[in-house]
Amino acid sequence: MNAVGSTQYAVGSTEPSAAKQRVSPLPLGEGTETFRPKIVAYVCNWCTYLGADLAGTNRLEYPANVRIIRLPCTGRIDFNLIVKAFEMGADAVLVSGCHPGDCHYTAGNYHARRRWMLFRELLDTLGIETDRVHFTWISAAEGRKWQQVITEITEKTRQLGPYSAYREIVSSQGNGLPSPVGRERGRG
Amino acid sequence: MARIGVFICWCGENIARNVDVERVATAAGEWPGVRCSLAYKYMCSDPGQSLIREQIRDRQLDAVVVASCSPHMHLRTFRKAAEREGVNPYLVEMANIREHCSWVHSSREEATAKAIDLVRMAVAKVRRDRALEPIRIPVTRRALVIGGGVAGIQAALDIADGGCDVVLVEREPSIGGKMAGLSETFPTLDCSQCILTPRMVDVAQHPRVKLYTYSEVEAVRGYVGNFSVTIRRKARHVDLDKCTGCGQCWNACPSKKSLSEFDFGMGTRTAIYVPFPQAVPARPVIDETACLRFTKGKCGLCAKKCQAGAIRFDDREEHVVEEVGAVVVATGYRLYDIGKRETESRTAGYGEYGYGRYKDVIDTLQFERIVSASGPTGGEIRRPSDGREPKSVVFVSCVGSRDNAKGLSYCSKICCMVVAKHTMLYKHKVHDGQAHVFYMDIRAGGKNYEEFVRRAIEQDGARYHRGRVSKITEENGKLIVRGVDTLAGEPLTIEADLVVLAGAMCPSEGVRELAQKLNVGYDEFGFLSESHPKLRPVETNAAGVFVCGACQGPKDIPEAVAQASAVAGKVLGMFSRDQLAREPEVARIQEATCAACFTCVRACPYGAIEKAEIRDRQGQLVKRTARINPGLCMGCGTCVAVCPSKNVDLEGFSEQQIYAMVESLV
Repeated sequence: MNAVGSTQYAVGSTEPSAAKQRVSPLPLGEGTETFRPKIVAYVCNWCTYLGADLAGTNRLEYPANVRIIRLPCTGRIDFNLIVKAFEMGADAVLVSGCHPGDCHYTAGNYHARRRWMLFRELLDTLGIETDRVHFTWISAAEGRKWQQVITEITEKTRQLGPYSAYREIVSSQGNGLPSPVGRERGRG
Repeated sequence: MARIGVFICWCGENIARNVDVERVATAAGEWPGVRCSLAYKYMCSDPGQSLIREQIRDRQLDAVVVASCSPHMHLRTFRKAAEREGVNPYLVEMANIREHCSWVHSSREEATAKAIDLVRMAVAKVRRDRALEPIRIPVTRRALVIGGGVAGIQAALDIADGGCDVVLVEREPSIGGKMAGLSETFPTLDCSQCILTPRMVDVAQHPRVKLYTYSEVEAVRGYVGNFSVTIRRKARHVDLDKCTGCGQCWNACPSKKSLSEFDFGMGTRTAIYVPFPQAVPARPVIDETACLRFTKGKCGLCAKKCQAGAIRFDDREEHVVEEVGAVVVATGYRLYDIGKRETESRTAGYGEYGYGRYKDVIDTLQFERIVSASGPTGGEIRRPSDGREPKSVVFVSCVGSRDNAKGLSYCSKICCMVVAKHTMLYKHKVHDGQAHVFYMDIRAGGKNYEEFVRRAIEQDGARYHRGRVSKITEENGKLIVRGVDTLAGEPLTIEADLVVLAGAMCPSEGVRELAQKLNVGYDEFGFLSESHPKLRPVETNAAGVFVCGACQGPKDIPEAVAQASAVAGKVLGMFSRDQLAREPEVARIQEATCAACFTCVRACPYGAIEKAEIRDRQGQLVKRTARINPGLCMGCGTCVAVCPSKNVDLEGFSEQQIYAMVESLV
């Protein structure tokens, strides 16, 4: 993993703060066979969330590594959220919404797709392996697909190992974690 | 600091089997702000809800987290329960530890750890929830119906009979739509005009209906409950109030050669004309492109003859603004124009059928006029070229429909029945004639429909050939129809006197532009998109805009009418309330710091963000800003993601909340 200059992260990084101490990453069982990857899934409320519900209703078992964050629409997902998840110790991130043409809000998933195309180009620059960010469409009827996607991502992430690049970048700066992107608006 | 109550549901064994609910409750009890953390067998049951309410009272909770099933299942239940104890319903969050946890993970250890994480995320979220009030919007109890065909008339009448005012706008000089031009209707063969014209009169005379004919919707502003619609009244050149409809004018008019739109070009009309005798309003209109007064600057016979003095050569088009609370789109259909007018090359097929080149190759709507008692031939079937009675007629179905190669992929649904009806009407008038039908499949789904087609074949002797027509040529006044009978497995050539092509049903012209004005989606063919194909079939994704009839998809008269009545029910339901309440989980802009780049304005799929100006008391411009219209915003959050300065946020899913949820995972 190539170290990345601090300039990309320089947003409001002067804050010393208790917030940063709170942020120290604690991966589960890092580096051992018991490595259990942390996967954050940003899903839309109308398709993928219901797809995951259906997986539950059908008792389709999958690894317990995923933590779902429900959002109204994938169009709401700005890529700072993905970076934030990595900052907080996620080993992989999944973004999943409605199939093209099925968006509850007409076009949000197209916005998400367009953003994803651009974002993928940026991942390398940010020092995040593209293998760790997943983008997919799962409809409310695709419980089985949800099961498969989560199983595959977990397996893949297990093979990749814990995501340490972010912390390496940070330690190379020698002053703790950089201020996370978007932190400046965390007032109140 | 919020006073949060955490309630963990066992869901009987459903959750408790795989998740150690007591451990989850103990863990949650230690987090800052959590005043109580309890597990109970069935949280959604009456005693479960009572437990929550009791805790809210005893511990003065102001936020609640329920860890149980999917929020799609019970969020509303728990919000209501909390609201009854005075907790703002938007300060209730759920952690889904059943569908997303206990049902899908067998390891009790892992499932419990995950459940704790999920509850922690919900607590982190609820801590940053804001108390929200439902957005209340006043309602103008008045509906706009666009399109005066059978669907629009039915919707207008039902809404007006329900006690609300209706504005009905029709583009043509008369209401009635396509149905007014039909001869008889399937499967009963009752006269179309006999059914429709009384309804046309009803709607025109209804005290609650305001009728605009020869008018079009120019612009629509506003949002659900509060639309402001600009209607363009085209210059009619006849004073509707003075005119008595006596007919002196059109009898005197020397310009008689214009093709009648109502007869689909099968007959002619004068320059000042009523489209058909039973037109509503039964008042003429002057066609500027044909009237000698407008084209050559002379004549004026109609004005001389008119005893009421109703002719207005100086009439200009004008714009009228109407305030309405709901909009019903019932713009209907037109026939696919078999290779003549279709602009897209992909769908401009069927030149080989000679439509538009041979006079005796016509479409189904033109045939309706020929067979109609009020039509140009007075109901006698005579072919357009020489006026002879055709002894052999070929009907071709699926011209344009179900043809990915040259036409449209969808089935137009009514053509099979229309063709069967036509063979019967033909046989009833030309007893020694023979009707042939080329078809792909016979789709006669509907009450008494299949029986109707069987009657056409068995009683009225129509010959059905399963196959397509490849070419139609004209030789010595006969049309040579070359096709194939795939059941016999051989080519088939029929000499016909008249060919009737069943063109596909397409949405009317201009419907895309109208849809854009209304923010309603449409498919690749231009049919308007309903909100949900099964559960919300007449609503659209634009709140307050409804669809009925063939503008939404091909359908026959009974279906269009049923849909129109459904719309009326929806509109009246909406009008039965003083105010509309909407979920307040919408976007919010910090206007003071908005940089006015308007990226959000372009990204918003609902046109809910407008460019606004902030002015001081003297009226001086302070700054420009984007502004959310909460009546239009549906809360998708696309604007939040695109805002470069993060001055827009989504209630209930704010940046802070999502960041806090992610942070809580550490």
